[in-house]
Amino acid sequence: MKGTDALIETMLKHGTKVTFGYPGGSVIPLFDAFLEYEGRIKNLLVRHEQGAAHAADAFGRVLGRPGVCIATSGPGASNLVTGIMTAYMDSSPLIAMGGQVKVSLIGNDAFQETDMMGITLPITKHSFQPRSPDEIAPVLMKAYKLASEGRPGPVYIDLPSDVQSGNVTKAIPKEVRIESFRPNVRPHPNQIKRAAELIINAERPLFLIGGGVISANASRELKELVHLVQAPVATTLMGKGAFDEYDPLSIGVAGMHGRKIANYAVINCDLMIVIGCRLIDRVTGSLRTFAENCRVIQIDIDPAEIGKNVKPDLPIVGDAKLAISDLTKAIRGMAKKGKNTEWEKRISELRELCFCNLDRDCVPVSPIRVVGELMKALKESDIVCTGVGQHQMFCAHFMRVRHPRTFISSGGAGTMGFGLPAAMGAKVARPDAEVFDVDGDGSFQMTIQELGTCAAEGIKINPVIMSNHYLGMVRQWLEIYFNKRYSQVSLGKNPDFVKIAEAYGLRGANVTRPGEIAGALKEQIKSRETFVVNIELDPESNILPMLPPAGNIKDAFGGCMKAPGRFF
Amino acid sequence: MAKKHIIGMLVEDQPRVLTRIAGMFARRGFNIDTITVGKTMRPGVSRIVLTINGDDRVMEQAEKQVNKLVDVLKVSELRQEEAVVSELCLLKVCTKNENEKAELLKYAEIYKVKIADITPASVIFQIVGEPAKIDSFIGLVGKFGIKEVSRSGVTAISRGSRSLEDKNGKTAKQEGVNELV
Repeated sequence: MKGTDALIETMLKHGTKVTFGYPGGSVIPLFDAFLEYEGRIKNLLVRHEQGAAHAADAFGRVLGRPGVCIATSGPGASNLVTGIMTAYMDSSPLIAMGGQVKVSLIGNDAFQETDMMGITLPITKHSFQPRSPDEIAPVLMKAYKLASEGRPGPVYIDLPSDVQSGNVTKAIPKEVRIESFRPNVRPHPNQIKRAAELIINAERPLFLIGGGVISANASRELKELVHLVQAPVATTLMGKGAFDEYDPLSIGVAGMHGRKIANYAVINCDLMIVIGCRLIDRVTGSLRTFAENCRVIQIDIDPAEIGKNVKPDLPIVGDAKLAISDLTKAIRGMAKKGKNTEWEKRISELRELCFCNLDRDCVPVSPIRVVGELMKALKESDIVCTGVGQHQMFCAHFMRVRHPRTFISSGGAGTMGFGLPAAMGAKVARPDAEVFDVDGDGSFQMTIQELGTCAAEGIKINPVIMSNHYLGMVRQWLEIYFNKRYSQVSLGKNPDFVKIAEAYGLRGANVTRPGEIAGALKEQIKSRETFVVNIELDPESNILPMLPPAGNIKDAFGGCMKAPGRFF
Repeated sequence: MAKKHIIGMLVEDQPRVLTRIAGMFARRGFNIDTITVGKTMRPGVSRIVLTINGDDRVMEQAEKQVNKLVDVLKVSELRQEEAVVSELCLLKVCTKNENEKAELLKYAEIYKVKIADITPASVIFQIVGEPAKIDSFIGLVGKFGIKEVSRSGVTAISRGSRSLEDKNGKTAKQEGVNELV
């Protein structure tokens, strides 16, 4: 058995049947071995390694187990870096493998040699460089464990070419232990009891839900707890989908471009129950004023996140699923104080005001109309991936998502170009779903070459490009904070994206009027191959409301047609 | 209020462990003042003792972030009052005449400092003890002209019979975080 066989056998044992990769000299042994395993494992050949990393990342986000990307040494592996960093910032399970020169050449500045271990040190949960074929299987087994258990994250494996092609002498171990890796999943019963007491006695409780609840697969438990407590639920960008946004207790995404009602609840609650959320600056605004009038319960599996930004009144380390179900049991066993009718009434009143009509008829097309038409075309199990920018925030703000792992977006890193390859990875993960890539004209062009992968590998996705000919989010900031001193934000005349799709052997349609959107989306969904819909938008629409950066949430401005003016 | 903290940790003796730890501290903006690393009685396990400057919040984050590293087995703050703290310093002093040298050697005798090397123009001292003692000696002989200083950085062990290597001792992972503020 060679090192590559041990690698592939271990991948198969962990349920990996597909990888996203691009060849090169240092990974010839590995891709050669793939030929022996045809029918059991397949590599999808991308057009840029960044595409492989984003696709594998999204694959992992949709399925909840690690996606695998493979690149050759040197520039191949370094092209993975942005994708690995993106997964790291969003705690996504990813295994990235990079070829490496022969062991004897390491450190010699050999051809296509790069210190990827060094480069990825700060952006991986851990990394390995097996130095003999026998080390490959145990290393990969540890990698799967690390990527998926506790707080998920990317793991990088550096594979010298002679380690790949060398002979394995020891049997593949049945299991591996990592001595220092024992995530503390069981929440402390005393903490749970205290939390239950705080929740029962709160007059204005609020749940703030982050991506951790989705990673823990705790949506069902969360729904039960929320309905028991009858408190409103706000989420972060990463937590979108953890709680059904059609539920009357859902108040949407909070934060910089969050719903007014969500930010209102954040400011006016007296108890904030934060679960699986790291309280990034986009959600909190200035830390000096965040949660200044309420108590905070923070539940997280990563003890380092507790108290990192906000010092909680009650910290609970543990797995979200276990903590939430323990809380439900504890609260059921306690005498209920009585309903928080005033808070519930106020929230539900404001929530009504906060839902606007998405059917804007303006020409040029409003991004809000696009989101509205998308909502009509989507089935609740369909998946939306986004790029980064205004279009992403329009989706986060106006879309209503019902299920976890159906809204896939680069939150912590905000990586433009994520959308298209992510949609690819999501479709491979769930071929039964319609997968949309809602993208910006800037973001789309960053990884546009993956249209080639979609065409060649027969991956059918639905790219919807919101074209305003600007790098919209930056332009908005320049308009608001720099007196419209537009510098480097104009994309000018875009290429005809439909012609580009056709050049790849795919199809598409250009849309310039709001009435055309529904028809284009219908044709897109009906199509058997990837069909690109490009929608020409109002060039200078802004996504509002907006929190001033590092500002007090109370100073959010704009948005909400039905309730103009200061909301707080 | 910023003060000096001593952190002791047990780590797996794997390639790049030191880089990972130093890199993590740098990334989070914690400044490492001193760092020492050496073998322990367990094969494949090394002990790192480092000192940082910062307030209690910085210290708490530093400990938690280091604990996340997969190569790190155990982390504990070694508080000065509860630990034996020791450092080694090699100090080269060049005196201009015999009188100066005699005075210098007298100070060394008073401080019970070992002479590691002596030539007509220079003396090398080896001072072992608490950092404050080393600082004090350096301050005293500074007037003679210190040619070179090489300090090892602080190492430390908790007083009493507990040990960082105790299997059933609490780690930073378990204690502290679940306490009610």
